[in-house]
Amino acid sequence: MHWRSEKIDGFDLSPPDDEQVHVLAVDDSLVDRKVIERLLKISCCKVTAVDSGIRALQFLGLDEEKSSSVGFDDLKVDLIITDYCMPGMTGYELLKKIKESSTFREIPVVIMSSENVMARIDRCLEEGAEDFIVKPVKLSDVKRLRDYMTAREFRVKNQQIGNNNNIKNNNKRRLRETCDLSSSPLSMLFSSSSPSPSLSPSSLSSPSSPSPCLSPLPSPPILSYSAPCSPTSLDSPTRRLKMSSSD
Amino acid sequence: MEVGQMQRTWVEYTKSLFMEGFLDGQFTQLQLLQDESNPDFVVEVVSLFFEDSERLLNDLTRALDQQSVDFKRVDAHVHQLKGSSSSIGAQRVKNACIAFRSFCEQQNSEACLKCLQQVKQEYYLVKNKLETLIRLEQQIVAAGGSVPMEELSF
Repeated sequence: MHWRSEKIDGFDLSPPDDEQVHVLAVDDSLVDRKVIERLLKISCCKVTAVDSGIRALQFLGLDEEKSSSVGFDDLKVDLIITDYCMPGMTGYELLKKIKESSTFREIPVVIMSSENVMARIDRCLEEGAEDFIVKPVKLSDVKRLRDYMTAREFRVKNQQIGNNNNIKNNNKRRLRETCDLSSSPLSMLFSSSSPSPSLSPSSLSSPSSPSPCLSPLPSPPILSYSAPCSPTSLDSPTRRLKMSSSD
Repeated sequence: MEVGQMQRTWVEYTKSLFMEGFLDGQFTQLQLLQDESNPDFVVEVVSLFFEDSERLLNDLTRALDQQSVDFKRVDAHVHQLKGSSSSIGAQRVKNACIAFRSFCEQQNSEACLKCLQQVKQEYYLVKNKLETLIRLEQQIVAAGGSVPMEELSF
């Protein structure tokens, strides 16, 4: 199936596997890495676990010295979850570096810490952390993150459609459909698996079977609907192209 | 011993570990993460915990044995041990570490040494218990049965 690796006009025709949330987990503790990796995998995330902030930056290609070698897999990271207390670069410092980067500042960063200190939590949130989890991390914590990521993905794709419609300034019926969706995106997400009747059926290509991990959610048809839209910086093909051509 | 009996023993033993405070809810979280696709998850994490802890206990012994104790370093080791014991649900080890850290802050060598003894004691106790538990589980599986996780509703 040669089409798997091809991109046509910036459309992403990659298989559903690409739509899995890819999490970069950073923790110096071997035990914690093992646990967080399993927590994330059981919640249907793809996981890359590293043991330090430096390695995290290397993986992202953000350090000055060397970029990690990129395999065939897409390096797109959807979420970074990092321990706060680490030798060398702390999670807070890593957070700052990521938020300072124009390429990566959009990636949500979650901080984990065993210390439930308000000042620490505030400082992280002020620096742009998405969330703060008090260790030990539980399944419910990861589920909350997963739900947030799914809702976020949905919102982002929805915005793409909205933006494209505003630019094109035609087809008011599509604009109305977009508004219907954006008025209650989450209720649509968590409603029954049949799609909203306001969507024109022809715009929905048949989705892949829903992931078992997300049983209350339909396999979001909006993702295939958005395929013709130009991607945002979140999943910019230019980054992929850049990474695949290096080495 | 037949499977049913082994399973009952496992249930009683596990419950006792929770009752006596050796394990807390985080251990249950780990058990929830184990399934047919990852049947050895708990054993793997627990093994990592043993390796990690023994290394840290050695480091702590060495650090407290110095002429001039570096309390920051000691505290860093205890912090790590507290973290990993918390992550697997080894409650008594975790609590012993919390007490230990307050003495590190006070830079009290003698109290720290006592704490180290306490932590070691708790560690070896829980290690023993967990090894027994894992052995029980392996026996059940070897006899063709399954570990009755669902019986742990309390």
